[in-house]
Amino acid sequence: MALDGKSPTGPIEGRWAKRKADAKLVSPANRRKYSVIVIGTGLAGASAAASLADQGYKVKAICFHDSPRRAHSVAAQGGINAAKNYQNDNDSDFRLFYDTIKGGDFRARESNVYRLAELSANIIDQSVAFGVPFAREYGGTLANRTFGGVLVSRTFYARGQTGQQLLYGAVSNLWKNVDSGQIELLTQKDVLDIVVVDGKCRGVIVRDLRTGQLETHMAHAVVMCTGGYANVFYLSTNAMKSNVTAMWRAHRRGALLANPCFTQIHPTCIPAHSEFQSKLTLMSESLRNDGRVWAPKKAGDTRRPEQIPDEERDYYLERKYPTYGNMVPRDVASRNAKYMCDEGRGALGLRAVFLDFRDAIKRDGKHAIEEKYGNLFDMYAQITGDNPYQSPMVIYPAPHYTMGGLWVDYDLMSNIPGLFVLGEANFSDHGANRLGASALMQGLADGYFVIPYTLPHYLAGQTFAPLTADHDAAKSALNDARTRLDKMVAIKGDTSVDRFHRDLGMVMLDKCGMSRTREGLAEARTEIRRLRDEFWQRVRIPGDAKGFNPEVEKAGRVADFLEFAELMVHDAGERNESCGGHFREEYQTPDGEALRDDDNFMYVAAWEFKGVGETPALHKEPLTFEYVKPTQRSYK
Amino acid sequence: MSTGKNLRLTIEVWRQASPDQPGRFETYELDAVSADISFLEMLDQLNERLIKEGKDPVAFEHDCREGICGSCGFMINGQAHGPLRGTTVCQLHMRHFHDGERLVLEPWRAQAFPVRKDLVVDRDSFDRIMAKGGYNSTRVGNAPEANSILVGKETASKAFDAAACIACGACVAACKNGSALLFVSAKNAHLGLLPQGAPERYRRAVRMVEQMEKEGFGGCSNTLECEAACPKQISTGWIQRLTRDYIRGKTVEDTGEVAESGGG
Ligand SMILES: Cc1cc2nc3c(=O)[nH]c(=O)nc-3n(C[C@H](O)[C@H](O)[C@H](O)COP(=O)(O)OP(=O)(O)OC[C@H]3O[C@@H](n4cnc5c(N)ncnc54)[C@H](O)[C@@H]3O)c2cc1C
Ligand code: FES
Repeated sequence: MALDGKSPTGPIEGRWAKRKADAKLVSPANRRKYSVIVIGTGLAGASAAASLADQGYKVKAICFHDSPRRAHSVAAQGGINAAKNYQNDNDSDFRLFYDTIKGGDFRARESNVYRLAELSANIIDQSVAFGVPFAREYGGTLANRTFGGVLVSRTFYARGQTGQQLLYGAVSNLWKNVDSGQIELLTQKDVLDIVVVDGKCRGVIVRDLRTGQLETHMAHAVVMCTGGYANVFYLSTNAMKSNVTAMWRAHRRGALLANPCFTQIHPTCIPAHSEFQSKLTLMSESLRNDGRVWAPKKAGDTRRPEQIPDEERDYYLERKYPTYGNMVPRDVASRNAKYMCDEGRGALGLRAVFLDFRDAIKRDGKHAIEEKYGNLFDMYAQITGDNPYQSPMVIYPAPHYTMGGLWVDYDLMSNIPGLFVLGEANFSDHGANRLGASALMQGLADGYFVIPYTLPHYLAGQTFAPLTADHDAAKSALNDARTRLDKMVAIKGDTSVDRFHRDLGMVMLDKCGMSRTREGLAEARTEIRRLRDEFWQRVRIPGDAKGFNPEVEKAGRVADFLEFAELMVHDAGERNESCGGHFREEYQTPDGEALRDDDNFMYVAAWEFKGVGETPALHKEPLTFEYVKPTQRSYK
Repeated sequence: MSTGKNLRLTIEVWRQASPDQPGRFETYELDAVSADISFLEMLDQLNERLIKEGKDPVAFEHDCREGICGSCGFMINGQAHGPLRGTTVCQLHMRHFHDGERLVLEPWRAQAFPVRKDLVVDRDSFDRIMAKGGYNSTRVGNAPEANSILVGKETASKAFDAAACIACGACVAACKNGSALLFVSAKNAHLGLLPQGAPERYRRAVRMVEQMEKEGFGGCSNTLECEAACPKQISTGWIQRLTRDYIRGKTVEDTGEVAESGGG
């Protein structure tokens, strides 16, 4: 079956306008009769909940955090893109669209990406209105910086805490609606399943994390904004509790999952130091504006960087990619760091490379560098005990972002009517590789400016069965969740949840990380299955599921990762090409760049669940490129 | 980089099964804690051991582990987030402790933060304050062009300083009165300093302060312990501004005088 993304046709600049013009409306008086559940209060969820509430819909906003402000969007550092062209450097909607399509290695839908570019400028306006303290020039106008994979300066930022400030802005509008009673905020509730009634998504099953009680919440539509699944690798730049559960449970209920193998390994992170490492810390891409990446020329050179003279340093990105230099896209930068280490040229003899600010400090002074990156430098010093003003940072790639996610059409609705998916949880805009500063943009575009138009259209076109938690589908979903929890807690084995998560992460990083092979992926599948069987025999969860119990929460998440990982590996094995972050060693150009196969793989791979351990069914959504001609990506 | 050192530690942890049960300290000996790991990774290690021994792991709140989400926080030897200034406990590394040290871990103690379990407290009271004015009353869709609102570099930077608060609650825990004034004043300053937030400046202050009092937070102890404990080094200077805004707001309420603006 070929999937239809329902993109409008015609000139690309007019498609979103056309879609909006065709959309049905709900009258202001009728809006309060509709209730919408929004899962997640990150940039996508908070903006969606508040926008819908502003229109007059009754909204329930649900998150597992104790406060909406703690969603992992809060950790985004570098910035947010917008085609404002404030720098007068020839930026435009088209250029942002072009960069994003190319950056994604021609595996995203043109219509969606153009809309994203078109909406980008207004996001900045909206965020400023909510009080986001973006960086400014002395004259009072907004400042910009440059991010990877582009040749213009279009990134807006608030020191190194852009995500935090954008989130606080979006959440403040949520507070406003909580204050007026338009939003009911449900914190510390873990969504464990969705409820599908007569083919439509009508609710969710949640576990209250304080009391352990299971609850059913029903609505006319559900908007899922639960973030990415990079924690399938265990060690990643995501927060400890970021997970795939809501997405995976929706998949098990029939939602298609698209391109799960498209994951992003970020080039500049602080490397792991010990067996007890619990997460990895990102050093923002913005640092590559001023930091120069290098490795020793000689293999096995373990000297301190200060002792390595310039002629023995290889600024390999500048050498190989003179046009983009240190600002090549993430997949390219990560892969090259790996090559250096594979050649034995790692920094200090480790699997790492240097990110050096010596020249920038010499040129601009320490103060200027401190102004731009102070908090990142502090964070680096706090974690490593080293001073990056004096000697280069030591960095290595780490799992960071997931381009794959639930399949959605142009309206951001999954194949289950009434289930919308926004932000990192959907697959829609970044193809096989995401450019820096574009996830914040996407989450907010989805929430502020797409869902307020497409969700009402859906509601207006439906007749709904009455809202009741007594429906058989709701009861059986609740029962499934209870049975599963009871089963897990009853195992009382000898191995901690974390141990399984760590082992899974190792397999995924090794076999389905920065580079993948057919054999490795087959091995990964065997190992994942073994781990999953072992989990269900040997996991030990102390206590029970009746009250507050963080081990129960973790166990449910890891159990879902153990099922999801197999799909990810399957997808990677079936995509016999390299593109963006998906690098299959069998498919590369002579100089080690990703080699796409447009004749056979120019499609979105959307998978249908057929049972745990069963081969999923593939649905292809063909991709067509009318405005950006697919070429071998070159950043040279 | 790596120190390669190991530490022996004795830690006394407050264990309390649920809000309505009494708590007590439990002592654990740790004999090989790498100096390179973080404080929470040290607790992970302890928990892994407790789980193996069939015991209940120590509950503590955390998520981002990079000092930005505001989830983590407890007292270490009486200091909120531990001994290092400007650092959340998730960013605190074991290299700052020495071999043989004894550490006492306790949850935030404050009337408005009931203990849920072990080192975890409920901080919903903060959010209820935010939902009483911690916003600009504007709607999605009606924002003017961003550069039509000019904000000087210094003002933007000051607003940012205040906006950096992560709502961890350390300020409340550090204050002998359990006051939330640092938190509330930072929120008030962030929005009130910017022209976009100026129209509601006084009303916001009044409503947030009134909710703060309702939640059972105490008054200012004038000891500046909050600023010392704040991992984001928020300045107590904002408290004066809050007091001024609050008084002005009350006057407006009492006299019916119009006071809508007044940014800066
Ligand atoms: C360290 C770091 C730095 C980054 N820097 C940048 C940057 O500079 N620029 C950029 O554009 N992008 C950046 N990104 C990417 C970007 O931050 C994220 O992609 C984006 O913020 C995701 O937003 P979201 O709303 O989709 O999800 P999140 O912010 O992750 O929110 C997920 C929400 O869902 C809730 N949730 C999840 N599962 C459940 C469940 N089962 N039940 C109930 N609630 C649930 C959570 O409580 C949370 O509220 C960065 C990412 C990281 C990790
Ligand atoms: S865990 Fe997020 S601030 Fe410490």
